[in-house]
Amino acid sequence: MIRFSWVQFRLQAAVAGGALLIIAVAFALTGPNLVHLYSTIVASCTAHGNCSTATDAFLAHDRLLQDFGNLVIALPAIVGIFWGAPLVARELETGTYRLVWAQGVTRSRWLAARLGLVALASVAVAGLLSLMVTWWSSPIDRVNMNQFTSVFDQRGIVPIGYTVFAFAMGVAAGLLIRRTLPAMATTLVGYVAVRVLVTFFVRPHLIAPVRTTSALHMSSGMSYIESNNGPLGVIGAKPGAWVFSDRIVNAAGHSVTGDFLSRGACLQSRGSAACLGKLREVLVYQPASRYWAFQWYEMAIFIGLAVVLGGLCFWWIRRRIS
Amino acid sequence: MNPAVQTTALAKRYGRKWALRNCTLSIPAGKVVGLVGPNGAGKSTLLQLAVGLLEPTSGAIRVLGGRPAEGPAQLQRVGFVAQDSPTYSNLSVQRHLRMGAYLNSNWDQDLAQSRVENLGLDPRQKAGSLSGGQRAQLALALAIAKRPELLLLDEPVASLDPLARREFLQTLMEVVAVHGVSVVLSSHLVADLERVCDYLVILVASQVQLAGEVSDLLSSHHRISGPRRDPRRMPLQQEVIEESHTDKQSTFLIRTDEPVLDPAWSVMRVTLEDLVLAYMTRGRDIGRRQVPQLEMVS
Repeated sequence: MIRFSWVQFRLQAAVAGGALLIIAVAFALTGPNLVHLYSTIVASCTAHGNCSTATDAFLAHDRLLQDFGNLVIALPAIVGIFWGAPLVARELETGTYRLVWAQGVTRSRWLAARLGLVALASVAVAGLLSLMVTWWSSPIDRVNMNQFTSVFDQRGIVPIGYTVFAFAMGVAAGLLIRRTLPAMATTLVGYVAVRVLVTFFVRPHLIAPVRTTSALHMSSGMSYIESNNGPLGVIGAKPGAWVFSDRIVNAAGHSVTGDFLSRGACLQSRGSAACLGKLREVLVYQPASRYWAFQWYEMAIFIGLAVVLGGLCFWWIRRRIS
Repeated sequence: MNPAVQTTALAKRYGRKWALRNCTLSIPAGKVVGLVGPNGAGKSTLLQLAVGLLEPTSGAIRVLGGRPAEGPAQLQRVGFVAQDSPTYSNLSVQRHLRMGAYLNSNWDQDLAQSRVENLGLDPRQKAGSLSGGQRAQLALALAIAKRPELLLLDEPVASLDPLARREFLQTLMEVVAVHGVSVVLSSHLVADLERVCDYLVILVASQVQLAGEVSDLLSSHHRISGPRRDPRRMPLQQEVIEESHTDKQSTFLIRTDEPVLDPAWSVMRVTLEDLVLAYMTRGRDIGRRQVPQLEMVS
């Protein structure tokens, strides 16, 4: 059955392989140059303080290729829509299920082979693409330093989880809806919805954040952040960390606003040790060291969801499809 | 020998609509069985239940003594050509044969190959570009080459032109002669069945109206005509299947195992088509008559 699954999948596999090859060539040609630029432009600037012009100049390179990060975002949806949704739906739609399910292989084994082969291919494609993008972008990520927040879902191993999940979602939608196009649309909507839910409502709670209260002391590379006279904060305090909240409080524990600094007690003595010494910085964040723990957790969540959807497919094809 | 298909109170419902209801029948093995009936009689549903593509809503079905699609062994024993003989339009003829080889442990590659050659099909041609007749033949070749004990064919010739239809049935007859496979073939084209079947099952509204060897059926039915007579006054051993009357004359299609000796009647042989139409009409009328009766009870 695996061999016949391959017969049915080989064209799609060839397209995916070709696309990966093109990306690999583009990255192989430009990657080493990026590393070189990083060492010449960025690494040297840290010696004489101000790096912002240097990093801007550096980030202006290979803009087009930097967008390949978005491909990692799009890949799961593409796999779900074009590999997952038609997998069973097309058989049901064109009636070929009546041919293939009457052969000497049970329906469950048929599904296992088809599901298994393409799921493995999804893992391979997502893993390779993520690996390539992660490698190629590593100099850029080192400059951005905030991979926890901006490119978390485009690097590392989470794209594998997303892709397997989207694939399983596509297969399940195709099996339940029995029509390819509506299954494709459902896959897209469902995948995006789950991603948004997990990103905003699950991911922040995966591990309890660290909460620190410390004396405020400013060092180079840090600056005040202030918006609409809201609570005053500090940026750049924890490089690479995922900061949930960062407030400056006074001795009574109340948040300090920009007004306080400009009109209040510290106006005259702004920056003086006596004034700032009474203030504390309350930081709630996920340390940069937890990056990989979050990657593993989130991948496990999506793989788990994919397994549940796969189980639904097996149950449905045996019990409900007839 | 186990019957090819045996059902007890078999029923299949789609949503609120019953496609098959309280169907009890036994189709013998070792024969070429024609399953006839009007559209909606449940023929296609019955065959799909027999191959395991559908699961009964209630009741039981056994095919060659086993449960349909219970495992690879059972699937292997039954060859199936679905209505409109579906094939993978983007795969070549050769790939279809390879599919058969991959998915069936008893696959007979020589048989499949020779069938395709006899048909004059180009192995590299995509199934999507085959004519309806060629596609049906390819589907039949696939079903035969898995060397089943029973071949189920769901309206295999309904969409074919007369020439393709004859070629298909010829192929089928060759296969039966050479491999001795049991066949159940559904159709509403009686002329085709007459050519190939030696056993007939007439199914109307899920109920078997008539079942038996074609030769027995033909010899036990007669069309008789004579002076007008009330059907209730016919001899008991002559079951009236169909009647028509003019002012002076009555014509009956009767079933009897004894010769018709009454000299008032002129006796004619019936054709299979007469027989099928008579039973289909009767089955439909019985079905209609039941409805008002039920209403009166309620």
